[in-house]
Amino acid sequence: MITLPHYLTVSAALFTLGLLGVLTRRNAVNVLMGIELILNSANLNLVAFSRYGTGNLQGQLFAVFVIVIAAAEVAVALAIVLTLYRLRRTPNLDEADFLRG
Amino acid sequence: MSAEAAIFYVFAVITVASAAVVVLARSLIYSAFALLFTFFGVAGLYVILGADFLAATQLLVYVGGILVLLLFGVMLTHKLYDLDLKSEVTQFLPAAIICGGLFTLLAWPIDISFSLPWIGTVRVLGALWQTSWATGSGRAAGATTEEIGRLFMSTYLLPFEAASVLLLVALMGAAMIVRRRKDA
Repeated sequence: MITLPHYLTVSAALFTLGLLGVLTRRNAVNVLMGIELILNSANLNLVAFSRYGTGNLQGQLFAVFVIVIAAAEVAVALAIVLTLYRLRRTPNLDEADFLRG
Repeated sequence: MSAEAAIFYVFAVITVASAAVVVLARSLIYSAFALLFTFFGVAGLYVILGADFLAATQLLVYVGGILVLLLFGVMLTHKLYDLDLKSEVTQFLPAAIICGGLFTLLAWPIDISFSLPWIGTVRVLGALWQTSWATGSGRAAGATTEEIGRLFMSTYLLPFEAASVLLLVALMGAAMIVRRRKDA
């Protein structure tokens, strides 16, 4: 019998793996992949609550908006990464220290 | 084990294992292709949850759009003769301890009890397995696309329009940021 906590466990695993990617990777594109994992885990939570809740579709609608925001976010983030690469010839995040005094 | 449970475990294992490959793979290309399987696994979980429209959207937007954009990002931020696209890892041990501890606190699925010398009995079980969720009657299986479209055009019209403006502004802003300036 698959219940709500099963889905929430998969979602928590996705979230912690995404967090691990964001914390450990130096490459900006790889950090973006971690953020996508985190957004997917949030979406999975929303859809699972929508399925096991009172039966309305609000969770799925929220998930659609999260997907829209993820698309916008990845476009802007890749623009920033490309600009960083053009300035520093590296995609590594810890070399983006232009504001260090 | 019922068929639904078997399919759930298959998709859950695909999702989590490929997400682990995304995070742990040395090569950026391996990470990107493992992300493809993660998105497919999540779409499969959506199908089991009865969200058919969302599963299709997941495949179209994530696999068709975001993953291709990420691959463009990988290719454009490396020199072309740079064949092994390595991604360096920093601070792996502290981050792994934090993330593993967070997962254990949140969602450790197996109930374990053991006793420590001074602390006493310790019970390890994730918080979301101890919570009694206010689950309702649930949603009967069936197509959701029509109802989602109706809700977008009635109750959620304002967020829908705001999302379309957000997409327009974000894409125009992205084009502005990467544009080569004449004076630079």
